[in-house]
Amino acid sequence: MARLIAKRLGQMLLIMGVTSLLLFAIFDTDQFRRQIAVSELGGFGVATLNAADYEGWLEKKGLNEPFLSRYVTWVGDVMQGDLGRSIEKNMAVSTLLADRLQRTAILASCFFVLMVPISLTLGVLAGMREGGRLDRVISIVAVVTTSIPQIATAVLLTVFLSLGLGWVPAKSAMVGGFSFRELVLPLLTLLIYDIGYVVRMTRASMAEVMSANYIRTAVLKGLAGSHVIVGHALRNALIVPFTLIFLQLNWLLSHVVVVEVFFQYSGFGRMLYEAAMFGDIAVLQAATLVAVAVAALSQLLSDIAYILLNPRVGAAG
Amino acid sequence: MDTHSPQAATASPSPILECRNLSVSYETRAGLVPAVVDFNLKLMPGEAHGLVGESGCGKSTIALAIMRYLGRNGRITGGQVLFEGRDLLTLSPTELRRVRGADIAMIYQEPMASLNPTLRIGRQLAEVLTVHQGLDRASALDRAAAMLERVRLADAGRILAAYPHQLSGGQQQRIVIAMALLANPKVLLLDEPTTALDVTVEAGIVDLIRDISTEFGTAMLYVSHNLGLILETCQRLTVMYSGEAVETGPVDEVFRRVRHPYTRGLFASIPVPSADKASRPLVTIPGQLPSPTNRPHGCYFGPRCAFFEPGRCDEAAVPMAQVSRTHASRCRRIAEIDWDTPAAGAVTREETKIGRTVLQVEGLSKRYHAVRANEDLTFEAREAETLAIVGESGCGKSTFARILMGLDQATSGSISLMGEELARLPVTKRDRVTIRSLQMVFQNPFDTLNPSQTVGFQIARVLRRFGARMSEAQIRERVLELLDTVKLPRDFAGRRPRQLSGGQKQRIGIARAFAGDPAVVVADEPVSALDVSVQAAVTELLMDIQRRNGTTLLFISHDLSVVRYLSDRVVVMYLGRIMEQGRTGDIFAPPYHPYTEALLAAVPIADPTIRKRKVVISGEMPSPSNPPAGCPFSTRCPYAIEDLCERTVPPAQLFGEGHAIACHLPRETLLAMEPIILAADSLNEANNHHA
Repeated sequence: MARLIAKRLGQMLLIMGVTSLLLFAIFDTDQFRRQIAVSELGGFGVATLNAADYEGWLEKKGLNEPFLSRYVTWVGDVMQGDLGRSIEKNMAVSTLLADRLQRTAILASCFFVLMVPISLTLGVLAGMREGGRLDRVISIVAVVTTSIPQIATAVLLTVFLSLGLGWVPAKSAMVGGFSFRELVLPLLTLLIYDIGYVVRMTRASMAEVMSANYIRTAVLKGLAGSHVIVGHALRNALIVPFTLIFLQLNWLLSHVVVVEVFFQYSGFGRMLYEAAMFGDIAVLQAATLVAVAVAALSQLLSDIAYILLNPRVGAAG
Repeated sequence: MDTHSPQAATASPSPILECRNLSVSYETRAGLVPAVVDFNLKLMPGEAHGLVGESGCGKSTIALAIMRYLGRNGRITGGQVLFEGRDLLTLSPTELRRVRGADIAMIYQEPMASLNPTLRIGRQLAEVLTVHQGLDRASALDRAAAMLERVRLADAGRILAAYPHQLSGGQQQRIVIAMALLANPKVLLLDEPTTALDVTVEAGIVDLIRDISTEFGTAMLYVSHNLGLILETCQRLTVMYSGEAVETGPVDEVFRRVRHPYTRGLFASIPVPSADKASRPLVTIPGQLPSPTNRPHGCYFGPRCAFFEPGRCDEAAVPMAQVSRTHASRCRRIAEIDWDTPAAGAVTREETKIGRTVLQVEGLSKRYHAVRANEDLTFEAREAETLAIVGESGCGKSTFARILMGLDQATSGSISLMGEELARLPVTKRDRVTIRSLQMVFQNPFDTLNPSQTVGFQIARVLRRFGARMSEAQIRERVLELLDTVKLPRDFAGRRPRQLSGGQKQRIGIARAFAGDPAVVVADEPVSALDVSVQAAVTELLMDIQRRNGTTLLFISHDLSVVRYLSDRVVVMYLGRIMEQGRTGDIFAPPYHPYTEALLAAVPIADPTIRKRKVVISGEMPSPSNPPAGCPFSTRCPYAIEDLCERTVPPAQLFGEGHAIACHLPRETLLAMEPIILAADSLNEANNHHA
């Protein structure tokens, strides 16, 4: 177990190093530097600068230093907890990141609190009697919800729930402070897609377990149906979906971009989107580190959950 | 018994379990397909009843129908299943639950798959008692531990705390048996309980099952494809064919006075010790089992039957007819067939002349890290000879085949094929002539043919690769000839593998192996995946071609009956080492290596005239990664000499022509061993051999 954790953390650091280096390299062009200048000083402002003044500006921003030395400086700063300043927002990246991550964490927590019980329950119910009426209804709904792209779900939900019925606001910018009503649409958009996916995985796993020989053994021992399901099927059937759920953390991080931008929810996704459009390199770098960390940690949690749930692996490893 | 069963009035005791005209069908896309038709059975208290037949005959379906567990597609379409006079088919779900596991318990084919992988053994066992007898967890665990001792599992505490994967196959099956016995059921249903186990492990389980029936007085319905096992465990048997019982009666009477052509064919197609490839070849049943959707009119066995009479056997459904008070057969011609003449087709063959040495293996070893897969193998195989390599799983026989075929390289030692060194020459570096002269027939014919190409194309491909320059017309002609050789119709060339039965696929596998006229053919368990009646035909075919071509056949098998029947010489392996080798006659007669002795004693024999000496060995094969320093069999050997066998590798002692036994026992002890198998008519033979 300790070896696994060390291995995953090592992998995480390696990926962080490689991706941040790549990002630095991508943004290390004259054209890009000029773009930063334009976005900061305005197109007119840059046009009026002569070459010497432009050089001076670059020097002031530290943008004319050689690529590697800038990268090393950045790594050093990061190690000391300094993520740099956002050029666009003109604030410390750490402050920005903390604020935005918190917003997304609220969204994510609500998402998991609803997604996990709903999809596991529906998946188990569907897989209990493969091909039964309940299975067919649940499976069809799950296929439909996973077939609709999120952006379409977002539009449809806005049209029906907000513009049509007027139950919830169409946008989630939360200008008047935090509001649960504004959280509904982004949350639903994420849930509708992902529940369908996890339900299908859980159903497949449950159906496979229900046809296993040891379930026959349990039934022919004379156990009641509920006892068979709860005592014998569930633990085996939940191994796969449970590990999958941890990986949804990673999935969520990329899908909040669409949802947050669409609903103008000021979270991590929207921050990432704006930084990418603006070329806000320090923010992008910090966001990348967070994304890599989430990916690696969710993978690690998933591995650990698998080991804990499956005695066969625990004994071998 | 205080139940008022319908038979209670009559003098004879009433059956504990009775099937009356039981019919089961499966729902498929093609509609309802009957799997079991009008099945009748009376199981008396304490009686063991065998249910024998080939795959698809409905025998397992019957066991599951008794338990009313047929999956979503299965339907009981008629009849009754009476347990102590109560019809199980009319019970409510709650009542049924009280019967399952308590009154009737089941033991399954694959013990590993039948145990829940994520629950500890203790919990899985205790549950039976907490549910059926309302015991609390602690006393249930105590009872479970006591039961583990009765199924001869030592160290109950450790086993109760273990997960199934931490136990061996034999231990798992003992757990399943213990689980079934815990609630003290009146009826046990055993569905091929030893099929997935090795022979020596199987022998221990069969022993246990026999003891249980005497000790607990449990009635048993024993489902198996192995007639020998049924003979050794049951008092009565029913032979099934294509969903119908075709013959039923006391085991001894059915074995001695067969009254159905199918049963007779089944007996004749099993190699028993009195069968011999030269003097008494196996008699094969022609054709194949009908598919359940396409059964013939009248007698289902009609199209394969030598006594078939048109207009009589293919008219109406054939009823069961009494042969004696206890013995019945589903045949219209019982009175007319001369049952005492041996089945037709038994042609005697000449012994083949064995030629020069083709394959020489010398000190061959293969290690995978700590695992010693092969250790110091030395033997040879000659032209036109059938050399059997025998052993249980993990003995290293398949590793040897892989090295020989160039799929793996030896760690040390040599394999010389007509002078060419192959031990460390991967198949990719072997020249065409070598590859062509060394071919293989695989165990599983279902996976070894490309499903998307026609059979003819796949044989032709081998010819193109290996054949001397041949025109397309010549290749086509040769493909058809090869199909003739393996006795398949010529139009099979245009068929795809999925249109073929298992036996037919294996014939194609044989045609492919012999296409390049190889010097050596390695057959790795070539018939073990096939049905009994088909096994004989494929075995005979393999031998016919081998004799005709003078090919050396390396026959890798765990089945001693088949090995005895077809091989000229035998190499017995255990845990990577050769224990004994010699001519077949020498291997199957004393002196034996203690392992060979145990192996011989373990094989069930489908012949009531044969008596076997009992040999008890305990435990299971040690892990190949941690073998004993000395003789690998020393951990289980009943003769093991303390401080010697487990420390020192035994020397090979020579007895007669090429007969070598690797054992520490004194020569005199080995020579004084009694024969294991004694048949009434082969008794003299054995004595002659001794002299």
